[in-house]
Formats: sequence, C-alpha cells, structure tokens
Amino acid sequence: MTHKVGVVVFPGSNCDRDAFNAFGSVLNQEVEFLWHKDTNLNGAEIVVLPGGFSYGDYLRSGAIARFSPIMNEVIKFAESGGLVMGICNGFQVLVEAGLLPGALLRNANLKFACKQVYLRVETTKTPFTSGLGQGQILKVPIAHGDGNYYADETTLKSLQDNDRIVFKYSTSDGEITQEANPNGSILNIAGIVNKKRNVLGMMPHPERASEEILGSASGALVLKSVIETLN
Amino acid sequence: MFKAIVKVTLKKKILDPQGKAIQSSLHNLDFSKLSGIRTGKNIELSIDEADLERAKTLVQSACGKLLANPVTEDYEFDIYDGTGISVLHFSSQGKVGAVRESVG
Repeated sequence: MTHKVGVVVFPGSNCDRDAFNAFGSVLNQEVEFLWHKDTNLNGAEIVVLPGGFSYGDYLRSGAIARFSPIMNEVIKFAESGGLVMGICNGFQVLVEAGLLPGALLRNANLKFACKQVYLRVETTKTPFTSGLGQGQILKVPIAHGDGNYYADETTLKSLQDNDRIVFKYSTSDGEITQEANPNGSILNIAGIVNKKRNVLGMMPHPERASEEILGSASGALVLKSVIETLN
Repeated sequence: MFKAIVKVTLKKKILDPQGKAIQSSLHNLDFSKLSGIRTGKNIELSIDEADLERAKTLVQSACGKLLANPVTEDYEFDIYDGTGISVLHFSSQGKVGAVRESVG
C-alpha cells in the first residue's frame, strides 16, 4: 500500500530531494513537495521537514523557518497525531517550534561535522523504529554545525523516564562513548520523540543512507518503519 | 520613536565554545589577564511607538517570540530616545523563571 509523503521545502533546504528519492524511488511511496508558503498539506500522511540551511541559519538554525506559513499546518497536523519527521535542520525547526523540547547548540568543537556515524536504537516503541530491533546499530551520515543537543535536567529526566530518546551516537559495536559523540550532545542524544510519539527529530540523515550505493541502506529502515506503521 | 539595542547571550550555565576559542587565542597572544570570554549577538532596531512602556513591551515580546531562544539564551536591551540617551534597561537574566528589570 502506498502512502502520501509531504516533503516541506524551505528556502535553503538541501536534503528535500534526498528525502523525495528515498521515499519515492527507493520505497515506492507517493511523494510531494510542499512549499513553505503553502497553507495546506495536500493530504500528506507523513510530513518530512528536511535537512539544509533554511534562511541561511540566520539568527538561530530553524528560528525563522519555524514561522513559515506551512508550519501552522504542520503544528496542527502534529497535534492531531500526524506523523512528522524532522531531519537535521528539520529537527532544529521542530525544537524552535516547540514541538520537541530542548535546543540544538553549536557543535562543542565548533567544527562542521560531515561523516558517517553509528546510531544505537534506544527504543522501538515509536512509529519510526517499530520495525527495528532494540539496540540495533544503524550507519548513517551527519552533516551539521549546530547539532549539539541540549536540554535542562528536568526535560532530560522526562525524556529518559518516558522512553523518548530514540537514537544515541554509538560506536559500531553499540557502545555509548564520548569518542562516538560527534557534536557534544548531552547523553549522546541523536534523536528524540514528543510525548505522543508521533513527532521525531534527529540530526543524522536516514534519507541519505537509503541505498547501498550511498554507503549504507540502514537509514531506509527508519523510513520503512514509518510507512509500515500506516499500513 | 525609540531605538533599541538588544543583546542576546547564551545562558551562563551553557558552555560558549566560541568564547572559549577566542579566550585561548587571546591567551596565545599573551593577553593572559583577560578571561571569562562570552560571545553574543547584537540586534539594533527602531520602534515606531511614542510610549516608552509600550515600546518596552513590544521589544520584550519580540525577544520572547523570535530574537532569543528562552531554552538557551538570555537577553537584555536598552531603549534610546531621539537624542541617543538610554531611557530604559531590561534584562531577562536573574533567578530561574524570574525577570529583573530596571528603568533608568
């Protein structure tokens, strides 16, 4: 069964086509671009906020895109239980919009990080990881300068207590070490979900690891999970 | 008509890696007596509003909504009259959840 995926395009998005390709050509779903000035989601069942540098990352990453007209619809959709995936810049937009807690600070070493990393699946109780195994290791790329996840202690505790940490940066063996942490994120956090578990934010790019020719296909498992949830 | 200069900085408890890098560069240049370097953003704006209190509320609301991220940043601003004199200072820093302000 095919589902309708909407990929939002902000001025400065640059992974919108990767997401389109992964959901469309690799997973054979119906994909449509949604312009940031649009005021409806055209029936999308999954909304993707892609990676990139919306509005040149001016002020703070995601801070301006968060007020794009389409975001009113994305917020309503998310609040009604719709599936939303924010990848990289999309994650930054989601925290700025208040759909996810915390913030993404400048990478602790001040360097733009562009490389393959390993992620450990911390929970399978989300629509995005239900098709994965607990503790499964994924190999996916990161490409960001502001990916250092931060949350205050109360927020962090609530994320832990409610099993809302979805991915952590790990070694290829699944060990959570400081060396495996590419950006200084607190507790090696790479991805989280909201309370209702229908909104995912993650810094790494599963859509760029959707075919072996790209170096890894394990990112596609995340996208496949979302689709299977809808079946 | 007022002008305002808003200063946005990372909260004190949050590491400022840029400040740290600048400090280590200063120390390499023998400015060993300079420390505690923190960076921030400076935002200047004109306010089309004749009433000072309303001007303040407007700037405060812009800071809360867009200019600063309350999760990670503090902000403060000065409002200047037509002659360039600061007529009001506001700071979001202070105790958790509280705002400290002073009118000068």
